[in-house]
Amino acid sequence: MSEASPSPWPSPRARGEGNAADNGASLLPAMAGRRWPAGRMRGRFKDQGRQAAAKRVQFASPFLPYLFLAPQLAIIFVFFYWPSVQAIQSSFYLEDPFGFGSTFVGLTNYADVLKSTEYFGIARFTAIFTALVTFFALAIGLLLAVKADGVIRGNAAYKTLLIWVYAIAPPVAGLIGMMFFNQHIGPLVEFARWFGWDIKVGLDYFDTAFAMIVVAVWKQIPYNFIFFLSGLQGIPVSVREAAAIDCRSELRRFWTIILPLLAPTAFFLLIINVTYALFDTFGIIDVMVKDKAANNPITLVYKVYMDGFRGNDLGGSSAQSVILMLIVLVLTVFQFRFIERRVHYN
Amino acid sequence: MHRTRFFDHVILLIGVFIMVAPVVVAFMTSTHEAADIHRNGLSLTWGGHFAETYETVLTREGGFTGKVTGFNMMLNSMILGLGFAVGKIVLSMLAAYAIVYFRFPLASLFFWVIFTTLLLPLEVRILPSYEVMNALKLTNTYTGLIVPLLASATGTFYFRQFFKSVPDELLEAARIDGAGPFKFFIDVLVPLSRTMMAAIFIIMFVYGWNQYLWPTLMTTDEGFFTLVRGIKQILLVWVGSNIPDYNEAFALAILAMLPPVMIVVIFQRWFIKGLTESDK
Repeated sequence: MSEASPSPWPSPRARGEGNAADNGASLLPAMAGRRWPAGRMRGRFKDQGRQAAAKRVQFASPFLPYLFLAPQLAIIFVFFYWPSVQAIQSSFYLEDPFGFGSTFVGLTNYADVLKSTEYFGIARFTAIFTALVTFFALAIGLLLAVKADGVIRGNAAYKTLLIWVYAIAPPVAGLIGMMFFNQHIGPLVEFARWFGWDIKVGLDYFDTAFAMIVVAVWKQIPYNFIFFLSGLQGIPVSVREAAAIDCRSELRRFWTIILPLLAPTAFFLLIINVTYALFDTFGIIDVMVKDKAANNPITLVYKVYMDGFRGNDLGGSSAQSVILMLIVLVLTVFQFRFIERRVHYN
Repeated sequence: MHRTRFFDHVILLIGVFIMVAPVVVAFMTSTHEAADIHRNGLSLTWGGHFAETYETVLTREGGFTGKVTGFNMMLNSMILGLGFAVGKIVLSMLAAYAIVYFRFPLASLFFWVIFTTLLLPLEVRILPSYEVMNALKLTNTYTGLIVPLLASATGTFYFRQFFKSVPDELLEAARIDGAGPFKFFIDVLVPLSRTMMAAIFIIMFVYGWNQYLWPTLMTTDEGFFTLVRGIKQILLVWVGSNIPDYNEAFALAILAMLPPVMIVVIFQRWFIKGLTESDK
């Protein structure tokens, strides 16, 4: 098995089905002939209809499948379904602050959340933050991937050096960021002073937001780089050669040939990056605002945490949780619809 | 042609600089003394106090209770990372095996029950999850730290896809030879999945080690702190001190990133394979 893939990077000839972003197929050159799993998000939904007919031969046993499923199902029920139902339920209740039961209040919690100007300010910041982090992380990741795909000398070294930051936890990245933006010792603060900009992270709203975005983008570049590079290396050599004959301008070739072929990878990454900016940046934000959320920019997830654990507002926090759940659902449906449409590309 | 390649290298080198320099600076600075850093700022040169700083960070008893050491936190991180990765692989291989290789009436119902978990990340249901853990009295336990993180279908999905790509002939042959479900699983599927298991293990270990939000909620007892969870505590202790222990903070950050970074760099091949084939 291990000798089946001499290199982690897909070889162009492995591209069997002509599907530009199907990293799943391209990553195992020797197995390309086989029906390899579609991989990634899209595959999650692709062949569920034929699920029962997955194998021609199957075991038939009255209790064994349940035995194998039991551990996973038990954990999912206790730690996924139970809390999720609880979140929805308690969003309709007002919890007594002293713990003496709760009263049904209908949609009041939602109304309170949606009427609050503070919530809208945070929602607006979250939207801007998400848009900027996603854009810059994708753009820089793509730029580096295109360049790394082009060079031959030092190729492997570049890859290693560009991806390893993936392994750094967001709060650790936040801590390093805090040091670089530190008032006394931060080199980035000194650098900005040359341009007459006095960065005050933690005190100035805009400056804190800027620092948070820089750290969040830095942390996410390797992930996008990995996916864009394997997407690029999956584009067949024949297509590149044909394009090179037809069009001399490298930039134009990139816009008209390479980028459209990368579109599915880019879309997948778009969703992942939006999810990252919404949820996974919690650690960065928590380290950078250090519990002093008052004048600092925070995201919606951080607000759920603040209200639930610091403010003890169970109902309000739950209502916010449910609103976030709806946002995630919309994202998923959006993605699902795109996947349906994508089938025509093949 | 040559000029283009030259500029490609320039851009890549700038990229490498941006990705690598902050961590190199963090490491170099951690070898200086706190007062030195306070006076001269971050440093790119070797400070010569590597051994003292790291020994202090690893062995000095600190925190609010005065009992927790860096070594202790590292151990907890290791337990979380390994426990999560192993748990994930065992659970999801079993579940995927049941879904792919067995014919039973409720198969598609269970399939949906499991895969719905992909829709909602833990972050949107933190408070109710915490309440459940409280009700089960699992806060400040390793079980409470690890098991709830396992409640997602990423691994199951991955192994399901892999099992479906295994040729049917293998099962047919195994059945002709008289192998039952257990024998087929252990003697055929598990050896066949070794590479997949390694790839998933690396991803899940890094994911588990780097957990922050959940450990922050679950552990109030410092004896259960992981390195990543301890980071904020370190920052909070600083507030009000005259000369902050920058060196120790950097040393802890370096320790917190060392194991996952090592694993990703050493097993880069498997890591990338696992990542691009399984997504998260």
